[in-house]
Amino acid sequence: MTGEGKGLDSVSIALAGSGGAGVMTAGNMLLEAAAQAGYYGLMTRSSGPQIRGGEAAAMLRVATTPCDSVDDRYQVLVAIDWGNVARFAAELPLDAASLIVGDPAHGEPPEVFLKSGARHAPVTLKDIAKKITGGWPNMVALGLLGGIIGLPYAALRAAVERSLKKGGGALAASLAAVQAGAAEAARIGSSYALAPAPARTARWLITGNQAAGYGAIRGGVRFVAAYPITPATELLEWMAPSLERVGGTLVQAEDELASINMILGASYGGVPSLTATSGPGLSLMIEALGLGVAAEIPIVVVDVMRTGPSTGIATKTEQADLNLAMYGMHGDAPHLVLAPNSVADCLRTTQWATHLAETLQVPAIVLSDQFFGQARAVLERPETVAFAGERLRAAPNAADYKRYALTESGVSPMAIPGTAGITYTADGLEHAERGTPSSLASDHLAQLEKRARKLASIDYGEDWADLEGEGELAVITWGSCTGAVREAFSRARGDGITGRLLSLRLLSPAQPEKLRRALAGVTRALVIEQSFGGQFLRYLRGEYDLDCELTSFRKPGPLPARPDEIHRRILDWSRA
Amino acid sequence: MNAPAPAAGLKPQLFKSDVKPVWCPGCGDYTVLSSVTKALAALEVRPENVAVVSGIGCSSRIPAYTTCYGFHGVHGRALAAATGLKVARPDLTVLAMGGDGDGYSIGGNHFLHACRRNVDLTYIVMDNRVYGMTKGQPSPTTEPDWDSKLAPHGTGLREFHPLVIALASGANFIARATSSDPNGTADLIAQAVRHPGFSFVEVLSPCVTFRPEQRNWKEMVHPAPVAPTDDAARAARRLMTDDGFNIGVLYAGHRKPYRPEMGRPAAEVAELETEFIL
Amino acid sequence: MTAKKKPARKTKRATPAGKTAVRAAKRAAKPARAPSAAYADFMVQAYAMENDARDRYTEFAEQMDMHNNPDVARLFRKLARIEGLHAETIVREMGWSKPPARTEAWMWRHSEAPESAAPGDLHYLMQPYQALELALESERRAVSFFSGMTRSTAPVEVKRIAREMAAEEREHVRLIREWLKKFPKPERGWDQDPDPPQQSD
Repeated sequence: MTGEGKGLDSVSIALAGSGGAGVMTAGNMLLEAAAQAGYYGLMTRSSGPQIRGGEAAAMLRVATTPCDSVDDRYQVLVAIDWGNVARFAAELPLDAASLIVGDPAHGEPPEVFLKSGARHAPVTLKDIAKKITGGWPNMVALGLLGGIIGLPYAALRAAVERSLKKGGGALAASLAAVQAGAAEAARIGSSYALAPAPARTARWLITGNQAAGYGAIRGGVRFVAAYPITPATELLEWMAPSLERVGGTLVQAEDELASINMILGASYGGVPSLTATSGPGLSLMIEALGLGVAAEIPIVVVDVMRTGPSTGIATKTEQADLNLAMYGMHGDAPHLVLAPNSVADCLRTTQWATHLAETLQVPAIVLSDQFFGQARAVLERPETVAFAGERLRAAPNAADYKRYALTESGVSPMAIPGTAGITYTADGLEHAERGTPSSLASDHLAQLEKRARKLASIDYGEDWADLEGEGELAVITWGSCTGAVREAFSRARGDGITGRLLSLRLLSPAQPEKLRRALAGVTRALVIEQSFGGQFLRYLRGEYDLDCELTSFRKPGPLPARPDEIHRRILDWSRA
Repeated sequence: MNAPAPAAGLKPQLFKSDVKPVWCPGCGDYTVLSSVTKALAALEVRPENVAVVSGIGCSSRIPAYTTCYGFHGVHGRALAAATGLKVARPDLTVLAMGGDGDGYSIGGNHFLHACRRNVDLTYIVMDNRVYGMTKGQPSPTTEPDWDSKLAPHGTGLREFHPLVIALASGANFIARATSSDPNGTADLIAQAVRHPGFSFVEVLSPCVTFRPEQRNWKEMVHPAPVAPTDDAARAARRLMTDDGFNIGVLYAGHRKPYRPEMGRPAAEVAELETEFIL
Repeated sequence: MTAKKKPARKTKRATPAGKTAVRAAKRAAKPARAPSAAYADFMVQAYAMENDARDRYTEFAEQMDMHNNPDVARLFRKLARIEGLHAETIVREMGWSKPPARTEAWMWRHSEAPESAAPGDLHYLMQPYQALELALESERRAVSFFSGMTRSTAPVEVKRIAREMAAEEREHVRLIREWLKKFPKPERGWDQDPDPPQQSD
């Protein structure tokens, strides 16, 4: 990772504490400071079950290139106190090259961290903070961490000023605390300084949930029905004021059955609509999604996947709603399923999903996950792309208008309420071309074919997947595994392994021809996913004819995928 | 001197498990938990004969904090699960518990029908007028002008009046309690369990994290100035003009509980074939 | 029939428990006399008060533990221990072979046992000073309760014992005031938590 004495290209730090220590606030400020200093970064977090006062850990990666994954280890762990922090041990792997900083006022670091062999340097955060009127230990920790990784004071200052402007508070005291912390960093000495920041480019600081929300608005969404559920609530809470500003609106529904039906209604009325939920909510929405397919009403449902099944672990990630998204509807109900594969991609993929849904008059499910949804990242300003919802609308007074006309493409013009002379009744009942209910075999077949045909009627272009590299070996993955897989693969290339990386973005409709071309010449493929039951493996086997031998590497949530375990697996597999 | 009577009956401690609640200190749910244990002790039912059924939310975590049989189900469906349980096992004492979001929003439909069905169970709602677990969205009992991220100018919607809905839907016992009076609440819960049919107890239980202003609820509550009535029309008039802080039993009716016969076969299984035989 | 009374242990330090024990010893040394039912009931109530107060402080300590506030947890445990000692003293002094049953006396209609601190007053960031303020309020309520009994129409022996109990509780009030002096008053902003609430379900 080091550029030979010129500093680290990536450093991972964790800040932990409990009971009002302000860990998240300091973590967010550190990420902003890193951004101000010109670095990229990624912050995730973990907390105990208490709503307030619980143990918490802010986990950051700061680097000279965009971070799409957590790293293998944490180089630095700073604890404001140790109250129940040991519970995060599995998420905070350390090694002998790591540094643990604790406050002796709160005792020794737990054995589970010390046994990593990490160096332990005590810093009296509480005392130092006390000596500053209005000083907080978390601000001292901020300065300490900033100093350890070599962030310039100006960047820390900017982050603190920006944060405190939101909530008032003693700026001077916080800055004094930050400076005191930086002085401690100099005292304990460290070798975790970052390499110089790369050249400035236009960048954003954003979470996956916000990115998805903004992507939807760019795609044309103007109505959202919301029911709170972890970890999707922030997406909805971001959209509430944002929609208002662009002339849209959000309504809080009484439950997910209401929210899905509300957006069907709004979309039937001509307004592109969206809701966001997680596994339990998507399960409730399945029936109405089928209605959307049958009645050909476009909607977007973002599923921010969490650890399942059932209530599961609400604050953690997993990739096991694929079955539900693909196959949950009763009957044959072809529809769109897409999955972003980075925080930045949450914007683009949600926008694309909106565009596709509107164009094809069909529901789209976007499979994001808790890792993306709640991660906060510094990324390149996403390019503005032209996907915007374009619904084919029927002209008024068209002679002999048939809502579900059997067109060549399968997409038939949609009459929007308020348009004269072409009224119709949207129906979940099977119907004739006019939309009137029908139980005739001929109508059922014709409409099934129409609804399937329309999904194949457009060219999805190159966005269906990300394909990199060449060779006989291939690694196939999707969603939030992608970042770790990409990083692992680049290390494997350093070990002399050549191969392709394929990360699928468009899951339904499957693209067998494109996949065949992407994997032409591949003899063996390693399928990597975060699903205990191997849902993605089964999806590949079910939807595609694969000539190559498939091997599965899968692990469940709640812990995010790390590059080293994937790297090891790739090596073992490639040499087998 | 003579010792007082030896320990008869059960102690409330018997009903409390070792699992430590994650509720914020100051949360009204702590006293509801304690009141439930006191009520069950006073009712002299054994923990193994009590089932606590809940949905999802802060207050729905309560089953694991008791030593009763617990069912922590999905969001909003506690009453449905509790109904199934009580109909299949009428010998059990069944308590359905949860919050206002779980019970009146996603659970609203089941609430109507549980009141209508009048199965002999007790429904205790810990009302704090907010969605606590998902961090502060309005619930159906939230005031229309309360600002939140999801409804930045307040919902603008009239609040749900659960006691009126319960009466209109056929609940057989309706009471309001306050977590600021643990023994009073214990007493009301015990009365509710004893009363046949569907008993509904709404407990005002402040959320100190998202609605800190509710700490002053203890000054706003007052005993209901009238005796409980069994006249639905009179109760309707009272409840429609209720100020939201009347404490006590507000309605106690005489509807016959819904209790289908279970476990008393009148025929052998083989006898069912008769209609198919040619 | 007089029950056997074990002589109360005299402790060297003037802890609340110690002083209670001293008074108990004095009561034990008085000539035995058949106590009335009213007296026995009253003592059951007094026992209930101490018991409930101890349980309440223990619950508070557990909540503080769960919310990572070990200093206040420790303090609440200490307060619980003290109330427990009071309760045990009553059992000993009354010669009960085991603690009394939960009778009507336990259920304080429409109010809590006076010595139990109100659970709604907790805060996860509270400091030892505030915990002691809670305790002080509780002891004051106990003083009020017992003083009230002395002015009531209860039988003479009940009023006598109520007077003694009131005196003991006043002593507790004094000791908590002393204890309070050892802790700083919380500063403004004691309840500030820079982090927003977390979600878990």
